[in-house]
Amino acid sequence: MGVRICSALAIAAMLVAAAAGGADDGASDKVLKSTSDHAKFKVLQQEFASGPEVTRACLTCHTEAARQLQLTQHWKWEFLNPDGRRLGKKSIINNFCTSVASNYAYCTTCHIGYGWKDDRFDFSVQENVDCLICHDTTGNYRKAPGFAGHVVTQETEFPPGSGNRLKPVKLGPIAQEVARTSRDNCGACHFFGGGGDGVKHGDLDSSLASPDKSLDVHMDALGNNFACATCHMTAGHQVPGSRYAPTAVDRGGARLRGKEYKTNPTTCQSCHGQAPHKAGAAKLNDHTDKVACQTCHIPAYARGGVPTKMSWDWSTAGLMGLDGKPMVRKDAKGRVVYTAAKGTFVIAENVVPEYVWFNGRVTYTLLGDRIEKGAQPTRINHFEGSAGDNRSMIWPVKVFRGKQAYDPLYKSLVVTHMAGTDDTAFWTNFNWEKAVAVGMASVGAPFSGKVDFVETESMWPITHMVAPAKDALRCHDCHASGARLEKVAGIYIPGRGSDHSVWLEVIGWALAALALAGALVHGTGRIAAARRRH
Amino acid sequence: MARAYIFKRFERFWHWAQAALIIAMLLTGFEVHGSYRLFGWGRAAGLHTSVAWALIGLWLFAIFWHFTTGEWRQYLPTTDKLGAVLRYYLTGIFSDEPHPFRVTRLSKHNPAQRLAYLLVKVIINPLIWVSGLLYLYYNELGATGTVIASGLGLGAIALVHTAAAFLMLAFLIGHVYLATTGHTPLARVRAMITGWEQLADEPEPETRKIPAQGVST
Repeated sequence: MGVRICSALAIAAMLVAAAAGGADDGASDKVLKSTSDHAKFKVLQQEFASGPEVTRACLTCHTEAARQLQLTQHWKWEFLNPDGRRLGKKSIINNFCTSVASNYAYCTTCHIGYGWKDDRFDFSVQENVDCLICHDTTGNYRKAPGFAGHVVTQETEFPPGSGNRLKPVKLGPIAQEVARTSRDNCGACHFFGGGGDGVKHGDLDSSLASPDKSLDVHMDALGNNFACATCHMTAGHQVPGSRYAPTAVDRGGARLRGKEYKTNPTTCQSCHGQAPHKAGAAKLNDHTDKVACQTCHIPAYARGGVPTKMSWDWSTAGLMGLDGKPMVRKDAKGRVVYTAAKGTFVIAENVVPEYVWFNGRVTYTLLGDRIEKGAQPTRINHFEGSAGDNRSMIWPVKVFRGKQAYDPLYKSLVVTHMAGTDDTAFWTNFNWEKAVAVGMASVGAPFSGKVDFVETESMWPITHMVAPAKDALRCHDCHASGARLEKVAGIYIPGRGSDHSVWLEVIGWALAALALAGALVHGTGRIAAARRRH
Repeated sequence: MARAYIFKRFERFWHWAQAALIIAMLLTGFEVHGSYRLFGWGRAAGLHTSVAWALIGLWLFAIFWHFTTGEWRQYLPTTDKLGAVLRYYLTGIFSDEPHPFRVTRLSKHNPAQRLAYLLVKVIINPLIWVSGLLYLYYNELGATGTVIASGLGLGAIALVHTAAAFLMLAFLIGHVYLATTGHTPLARVRAMITGWEQLADEPEPETRKIPAQGVST
């Protein structure tokens, strides 16, 4: 008996030692991560002259990779809305830098491809897919604006004659270190949407490259350390969870291994299910039918120290300083709030979201849609939903407000030629009429020749920067008058004064006051009567 | 002065426990409603729910007690002396007239009290409990589709619940004040604590029917 226990212990000890030995050895760590050490591939042991050359090398093993990529929104910048309208970066006009069209060489710096410099880009060429932008692990892979997504491999002066020299990127060492995507890869574009760090989304900025727990409980670099793809579970390079195809309501449960799911895997519910709160806080589970998880668990966005843009007024652009150079203004903290090229910004940190009913449908105002300059801002996009449609949840959103160029005669948003070294680009010439004329011509749209400015707003779902439970909203953040959900209509929120029936309040308190007054008068009468008798 | 043992031990316990619980319900309830901030909304809502269950439990015992002891008959309405009692509280009380009603063990409450307590029991309480339970289980109702089918929204449920709460508040204020209208301001409160009621010097004939062990002089 004793011997048997001893030998069992000995075997167990050996097993533990074996397992520990495997983990102790640094080389084994690498071995266990991937079956391939790309540094050992002959095809990558060369100096590449261009991005497409690297891609050709990648494709020698990953034969179907480019074809997979070419099916994606990342490649096409195109999305067919359920309402039949053609969306995507390629065609929409937003209220940040407004449009990709006529500015390809600059905007496509963030395209996962090489050479999209105008609307004649060939989307079928496999070597034009950029593998490195998503799989670089060195941090040395950079694409400079103005090169249509091409990587600079030789020292280049840009813009020509400016004296500004771009350093070459050595592609060989980068190609030999490729691996799965990380927050840095996705962040290289998605943290900087709208023209700078944190500008566009508010819940995505460079602070998420290495966040602590309080900034994002899932991406916490020292804790859960989620990559973007942990939630945006990608298969065959198809990345789910685009804001163009949002899932506002997920009634499904937590996912099980071995089961197949057709729905969006990026939702909170896909891991946490419908009743994630513990028994002690079970009432919170009663909220999951109407309130998106994000509403309580993302108390504020732009929480990582990087401000986000809240509004952008293009109409003030073009001012020159006393020195005759384009003017720049900064706030007390040294952050830019005006540039001649872009106009006036309002930036903010720790922003409390606005809250709207959202059923997953988003409508857009596209080029050519008739718009009116009036009391209501033009909706660049708008989240649809209401309390009554039974398909909506209360969602936190960033509403980005702007004032941007439009055609006051044809009453349409406009494509503006912003970036370029030519003599019509707005950012070099500060002439709206010229820039819009070129922009509109580039897409074959009619332009009256007049430019005016119209107020616009766009909505962005707030879904990243999930705080730890202890920092989630408290009951009174919504269950009170003038609280976060004050403007959310169509639902009775206990504690919210605007839901009270005025007549019941008046009658109810009057009744209580009458009872009290009656008691006081009656009691005073009794005291007076008693005094008289004695 | 004669004394009679009117309020039995369970009855007294029920009364005071109910008083404390109802005051707690009003305090937390109107905070949940949004009338003021006292405990903090989350705690108020939590307390309101826990106290509600305590009150429901107490009520189940009380209902059982009322029916097994026959005490429920104390709330049968009567018009006998009702006018006299109302007149007493409106005028007589100021000129030190004797109370037209004599408390006995078989008839603990004067006709006005009978009516008031009956209204609490058959109108205010059911309104509160039914609307309160619907409020508490609104999600479950919503899930079954009944809420939508019946058009019974949370707003309507809350409206009824709040209206009933206002009625209860008005009752509480009146009840607390009228408790001071005994032959001394604290006489009735004392009776509700000890169970012994001071009887007036000339008891009504009914009082004599009370078994000897229940009366002392």
